[in-house]
Amino acid sequence: MPVSKRVVLHFPKRLVDRPIVYRLVKDYDLEFNILKALFTQDAEGLMVLEISGAQEDYDRGIRYLTESGVRIQSLSQDVIRNEERCTHCGACISICPTGAFELAPSTRRVNFDNEKCVACGQCIKACPPRAMELHF
Amino acid sequence: MTKTIREINEKIQAGKAVVVTAEEIIDVVKEKGLKRAAQEVDVVTTGTFGPMCSSGAYLNIGHTKPRIKLGGGRVYLNDVPAYTGLGAVDIYIGANALPDDDPRNRVHPGEFNYGGGHVIEELVAGKDIRLTATAYGTDCYPRRRLETWINIKDINEAVLFNPRNAYQNYNVAVNLSDRTLYTYMGVLKPHLGNANYSSAGQLSPLLNDPYYKTIGIGTKIFLGGGVGFVAWHGTQHNPNVLRTEKGVPRRAAGTLAVIGDLKQMKPRWLLGTSMLGYGCTLTVGIGIPIPILSEEILQYTAVSDEDIFAPVVDYSEAYPQVKSDILGEVSYAQLKSGKITVLGKEVPTASLSSYSRAVEVATTLKEWILRGEFLLTEPVAPLPGVESGITLKPLKERPIEE
Repeated sequence: MPVSKRVVLHFPKRLVDRPIVYRLVKDYDLEFNILKALFTQDAEGLMVLEISGAQEDYDRGIRYLTESGVRIQSLSQDVIRNEERCTHCGACISICPTGAFELAPSTRRVNFDNEKCVACGQCIKACPPRAMELHF
Repeated sequence: MTKTIREINEKIQAGKAVVVTAEEIIDVVKEKGLKRAAQEVDVVTTGTFGPMCSSGAYLNIGHTKPRIKLGGGRVYLNDVPAYTGLGAVDIYIGANALPDDDPRNRVHPGEFNYGGGHVIEELVAGKDIRLTATAYGTDCYPRRRLETWINIKDINEAVLFNPRNAYQNYNVAVNLSDRTLYTYMGVLKPHLGNANYSSAGQLSPLLNDPYYKTIGIGTKIFLGGGVGFVAWHGTQHNPNVLRTEKGVPRRAAGTLAVIGDLKQMKPRWLLGTSMLGYGCTLTVGIGIPIPILSEEILQYTAVSDEDIFAPVVDYSEAYPQVKSDILGEVSYAQLKSGKITVLGKEVPTASLSSYSRAVEVATTLKEWILRGEFLLTEPVAPLPGVESGITLKPLKERPIEE
């Protein structure tokens, strides 16, 4: 059964200069799409990937990454809305490329759907009260 | 049928007043008709909660020992400069003020994470604020330096005094160019990628009193979670714009200058705000009660989003170059549906003012009145109306020849 999941990969310093991710394609027959990559010298590396393939291959691929020392987090936890600061104005709605924000017609409040979020970060700076926070 | 404000106040004090919000009144009038609704309803409450740039607060911080004359000196609150052209220890902090070392738009778009609006929010929240000042020293005010924490509960006065708030209608901003724009109307994506608006529409105070028949100087209001007053007409007050048959302005029109004691306001209703690539501002909650003195007044408050139209303006060319051409008009009902059509293209919409929080303002004010805690005031003087002949003047530049 095919699956497609978005995950955040944390690369410890010792792994930053080693080729790892390409093996998902080569050895595990998985496709991936890089949503975000942050690598700086002498620091932990970070990558947000959308990985697709058969469930069995996906599980094996994730196991390989974990055994290599990559820490894996599911993506949905990473962009968080500070409910205290959000005013439900809606400035984020047309900024978000994946439609993760939606104005509920009855309450006129903005719903944030973590599942649709790809952690691109565009809403973070576009939010006037700065209610959106990126956590890795 | 006519009522007076005095009669309405007597009903409020007796706990018998009928108060509804400007959203609720729409259905009340549909159901009961204008005549019966005007007899039964005493007050309609309005509300708005949006970024309002011309906002700020003046503070009297109390005298130091020995004395210091901040007037003519320099004062910073959490590194944000305050205006010092006033008497010894009076200062004014404007919502748009930025720290001297803020990079602004040197790397575009600048983030503008902290400015005067944020200082006001933190002050209202009861947080300690770091004040640093230098002065030139006089015989009577010898001190030249001051570094201290201040707190709103300790200083003599803290007064919110906003020269231009609560715009009666406003532009819908779009971008016809091929690059992203970072404006006071938010991020505008190229090629009509989105349309941003900023009004509570049917709940907005001045859209419910289009000819300023009840809202005037001295009108008591909900301001920043506390009680304030209309101090004057706001800057750029422009009553002579195109209007619909029912009198609703079809362009940005009237504005209000408002004032109130900051000490009893709440950070939930005065929020430091950052507009990417533009600057800092303050999001302000304002609610104004409209006494239903006659059927005519009631009819104005029954205005709905379908009846209010705003101009669609291109912020890549028309707005910055002050060209009057607009790309059309859309109603707030269309704007709130999530998409409008501009030049034949379907464009997603987003709001910068919060409608759900505007409802909360109007509902809070309604509850204050129902509990008998908030009485209505008679305006001391009217706001300039259509008959004033006021129009918005551009600056006529006159070259200075040396």
